[in-house]
Amino acid sequence: MLTVSVIQNALEVGFIYALVALALFLSYSILDIADLTTDGGFTLGCAVSAAVCVSGHPVLALFAAMGAGALAGFVTAFLQTRLGVPSILAGIVTNTGLYTVNLAVMGFSSNLPLFNTDTIFTHSKKLLGPVLGPWNKLAVAAAITVLVSVLLVLFLGTRLGISIRATGDNPDMVRASSINTTLMITIGLCLANAMTSLSGAVLAQYNKSADINLGTGMVVIGLASLIIGQTLVGRGGMTRSVVAVLVGSVLYRFFIALALKANIPAECLKLVSAVIVGFAIALPTLKEYAAFQKKRAAQMSGKGEQ
Amino acid sequence: MLELRNITKTFNPGTVNEKTALSHLDFTLNDGDFVTIVGSNGAGKSTLFNAIAGSFYVDEGSITLDREDITFQPEYRRSKVIGRLFQDPMKGTAPHMTIEENLALAYLRAVRINLGPFSRVSREEKEMFREHLSRLDMGLEDRMRQPVGLLSGGQRQALTLLMATIVPPRLLLLDEHTAALDPATAEKVLRLTREIVEQRKLSCMMVTHNMHQALELGNRTLMMSDGKIVLDLQGEQRKGLTVEDLLHLFREKANKSLDNDRILLSTMEDK
Repeated sequence: MLTVSVIQNALEVGFIYALVALALFLSYSILDIADLTTDGGFTLGCAVSAAVCVSGHPVLALFAAMGAGALAGFVTAFLQTRLGVPSILAGIVTNTGLYTVNLAVMGFSSNLPLFNTDTIFTHSKKLLGPVLGPWNKLAVAAAITVLVSVLLVLFLGTRLGISIRATGDNPDMVRASSINTTLMITIGLCLANAMTSLSGAVLAQYNKSADINLGTGMVVIGLASLIIGQTLVGRGGMTRSVVAVLVGSVLYRFFIALALKANIPAECLKLVSAVIVGFAIALPTLKEYAAFQKKRAAQMSGKGEQ
Repeated sequence: MLELRNITKTFNPGTVNEKTALSHLDFTLNDGDFVTIVGSNGAGKSTLFNAIAGSFYVDEGSITLDREDITFQPEYRRSKVIGRLFQDPMKGTAPHMTIEENLALAYLRAVRINLGPFSRVSREEKEMFREHLSRLDMGLEDRMRQPVGLLSGGQRQALTLLMATIVPPRLLLLDEHTAALDPATAEKVLRLTREIVEQRKLSCMMVTHNMHQALELGNRTLMMSDGKIVLDLQGEQRKGLTVEDLLHLFREKANKSLDNDRILLSTMEDK
């Protein structure tokens, strides 16, 4: 059922979208903030990446996208830490504003194709094509995501990194210690949105086009990958958590590939995604319920024997 | 040296709930002083600590720590040099982070030399953490990689104490930090507190509701009432004082009896 090309494709896309899941790991799992800037930030990454690619700088495009994403994250953080906007609303406000910004970046058009334009994938094909052959795209996507993951794990062990983690873990403690929470939340959201935008940037070059709707529903997909990973690989140290995110993201793409293979029409994909997401997020609760029922059944049968 | 000059704090000014929690309070803490503080409910003990730590800014007066005016310094800046423990053991540590990470956080933020945001703890420093932990005598040195959430309240409070003092602070504030622990654990944490304060020659202020503790620990005892210090006992005057003397003195100075239930209960228990 799963051919090599399907597996390869799921891995490629899985690694690219894993960056969004990593961003949500930072903002949602660590900082405990549901950052709804994600959808717009992802599209922003696509748009900036495509626009810079068109002018002939695919590598610079990735950094430009990260810079733009960090800026979007900064706006959200500023709204919630300095201006007292509730965190979810802050994300929605930025997200709404970004729609116009994204259109503007693409020259007020709803998509920007990258035909006959150099991308990081064509670059690497030129450089390493003979070595990598058909695995070229996967190698590039995986390399970027693994590099970001390693940097993230290293960062979370530094003084700044553990301060950010403590900010999300125990606000009481942090308020009474020498950690500037405003700064920690700002740095955290900037980094998270830089990763989200990087994901969009790589995807635009992978798809050879940017589209205004690419980011729709991204926050839900990212959260689903995060939760699938945490459920299957488990939580633990930072390294384990980050590996869980990568595994979750790839698995999510396999589920989508399977759904497509099962002849579910493309129009139904959103519904399939929603079902997968709903199920993934409900899984911990369902597990708990099942365990409780099992325990109760055991107790009841124990009583019956007496 | 900590100097409080004429500090005043009023909550909800201009409303029916107006409450003057600190009223023109003057106080000087000398280096190496270990002061115990007692007082009725609402006397302003915790408010005094909040004012010193910077949880809010005072309405009037000034606060100076080692000749540096910190009256309007934000809380996170002050806490670099002021260590603080609360009654609730859950307040002082991050539950999902390991013992080692919690200590690293406390250590890296308090070291005098600025190491920069990307600094990490070295192997030698981890060894030092282990040594400090073993001195707590709770077996925590073998659990450094476990999340703090798995520890008991007493263990968490002992760890918080270590975190607050691993780099000696200029001032240590203890706000009934053993009140939520069972008696045996409270005794142990108290002994550790005394050891650490003596060894590191810390300046320390401790709020307690236990009158015995108030007289037994430290070298000075304050009594607070209505946002003021009504009694400041030290030296000869403090020696040989009994709990009855203390209660009597309080009635005299504050013109009313102590209405702190827990103080009365703990005094009765001790009889």
